[in-house]
Amino acid sequence: MGLPSFSLLAQSVLSGVFLGALYGLLGLGLSLSWGLLRQINLAHFALAFLAAYLCYQLSAAGRIDPLLTLALIVPAFFALGVAMQWVFARFEITPFNSLLVTFGLTVIIEALIQSIWTADFRRLESGYGDAKFKLGFLYVPAPELLTLVLALALSFAIWAALRHTDVGKALRAAAEDGPIATAFGVNRQALALMLSGVCTALAGVAGVCIALSYTLAPAQMYGWIGVVFAAVMMGGLGRPLGPLFAGIVIGVSEAVTMTLTSPSWAPLVSFSLLILVLLVRPRKA
Amino acid sequence: MKLSIRRAAARTAALFGALALAAGAAVAAPAGQPVKIGSTLALTGPLASTGIVHQIVGEIYVEQLNKKNGLLGRPVEWIVKDDQSKPDLARTLYEQLITVDKVDLLMGPYATGAILSAMGVAQRYNKILVHHTFGIPSLAKYDAQFPTWSLGPDPAATFPNTLFDALAAAGKAPKTVAIVTSKFPSVHFMSLGAREAVKKRGMQEVVFLEWEFGNRDFGAIAARVKDANPDFVWVGAIGLEGNQLLDAMKKIDYTPPLHFYMYPAPGPMAQAPEAKNALAATIFEEHPPYLNNPGAAEFVKLFNERAAKAGIPYTQVETQAAASYSAWQVLDAAVTATKSLDDKVLADWLRKNRVDTIQGKLRFDGPSNYGDDLMAVKQVQNGRWVTIWPKSVAAPGATLMTK
Repeated sequence: MGLPSFSLLAQSVLSGVFLGALYGLLGLGLSLSWGLLRQINLAHFALAFLAAYLCYQLSAAGRIDPLLTLALIVPAFFALGVAMQWVFARFEITPFNSLLVTFGLTVIIEALIQSIWTADFRRLESGYGDAKFKLGFLYVPAPELLTLVLALALSFAIWAALRHTDVGKALRAAAEDGPIATAFGVNRQALALMLSGVCTALAGVAGVCIALSYTLAPAQMYGWIGVVFAAVMMGGLGRPLGPLFAGIVIGVSEAVTMTLTSPSWAPLVSFSLLILVLLVRPRKA
Repeated sequence: MKLSIRRAAARTAALFGALALAAGAAVAAPAGQPVKIGSTLALTGPLASTGIVHQIVGEIYVEQLNKKNGLLGRPVEWIVKDDQSKPDLARTLYEQLITVDKVDLLMGPYATGAILSAMGVAQRYNKILVHHTFGIPSLAKYDAQFPTWSLGPDPAATFPNTLFDALAAAGKAPKTVAIVTSKFPSVHFMSLGAREAVKKRGMQEVVFLEWEFGNRDFGAIAARVKDANPDFVWVGAIGLEGNQLLDAMKKIDYTPPLHFYMYPAPGPMAQAPEAKNALAATIFEEHPPYLNNPGAAEFVKLFNERAAKAGIPYTQVETQAAASYSAWQVLDAAVTATKSLDDKVLADWLRKNRVDTIQGKLRFDGPSNYGDDLMAVKQVQNGRWVTIWPKSVAAPGATLMTK
């Protein structure tokens, strides 16, 4: 094939940026819990889909604006995250065991979603779905733009909080050396509960973004795991901005691959990039 | 005279008695050891949204059988296990059904991969396997497997021609075609068949793209199709992929002039505004002449009710449910005609006889036990699927809509 037109390439890159933002948003909570809590939370994806279904339900049956569902979903998921962390701490679950436990939790949440909403496809019909505008020759869909804005805002807010607030510094200190941090008066348990709540609330936000842009089916939660893990590892564990930038790099690379070659090569991109990063900068991930 | 009146009265009483007995026998509940029919279905996992359709159909058919006289006068018990959408698990469960549950007969699972697994087990134990959703006929090597999804032995060669005939008959034969396809096996080979048909008919293929099943981002694919500006887009999509591509097209303000989707999720596609006039393949839709086929109208009514009760968003009968019901009709017909549960007897009978089903008459005497390609072309018209081609199965008055 010949070279693609500039407008085709630019539209594809934009589409990659939007998809990458969602990778980043999904990866944000995962990266924080992995890097700062030492928990590999596979249930993060299931929780995001649970939030997506709740958003769908509240909007479809409750006639609530999908964005307003965040006012219910975020606090509810924060509480859920706190409860999960309490259980993890109570049973002293190790990082490796957290992988197994959260995988089990994923299966349970998937079964729960299927029993309530069936395995059939569900589509959130809202005014946002059709909303888009034109920027020069580029089409900008509103739900994807919203995802990008949320991903940027949350990533930078958490980065700033970790860097400039006492709580953030305490969290980083506790992750660096727990006993020393405790000796300096850091309440690790309370911080862990709060951080787990934040991470789960972030899954809730990502879920609402998924509901705005995608048709839902319970088993689709597994489709995101590989690429989001790649974004998290490329971006660095516990680094709020890392998954977003890595996600956008992966998203754009996938989109450009699809535009220049066969779309079937796109899934290779994320893992090829991850391997490349590990080879070039082995201590990065 | 008195005597003859008495005799006549006695004869009348005897006649009524006999009639009553006969009537009683006709509606008598089946008795004795149940006939066990075993199968697996994808009740959980990624294929569960369609697996539930087959579960509902099986339950309806078994209830209908038991309300009549069962099979061979015995009640029918359907043992269905959840294969979790995993072909390897389906293999294990079919072994269990034969060796542990000691089923008399097998019914196929849902989807090509699981059916292929079940076929291997059936072959090992010399059991017949009637199945409803096998997508690649050339892989069906076992001589006692009987497909009820009437694809014909070489659908990649036959169906694209049916589709292009439909367009030509409506005066809309395309000059330029974009073929974009999932690499999911049962749609990919059909898309390759479409490429051949395009070449043979002298049309120009302006773009050919493939994506891996599970692809999330259709933005770049939509942009490339728009850039190629074809008269017709063949989308080798399965499940939700068709909707995902349409979503991506809508986001860049592109509506293909004519567009076809191989096996779309029927509900989401019919209900999506951007899917207006979308074409797809079918073997049954809820309109005449299909509804005139034996058992069709009653089944449709029951399925609509049960599907609504089960919370399925799309409650209409189409290819999946029709192929599933046909499978039960085929098994029932073979047992009833041969009065036997012997697998060899049943297989011999099926190879020699045609069976009336809700999708039409099926035969099993072609390559890989496939008969005619009965696939037709349907279109989303006013939020509903209607068959438009061939004319023999088109909904009354339905023609290709382009605006």
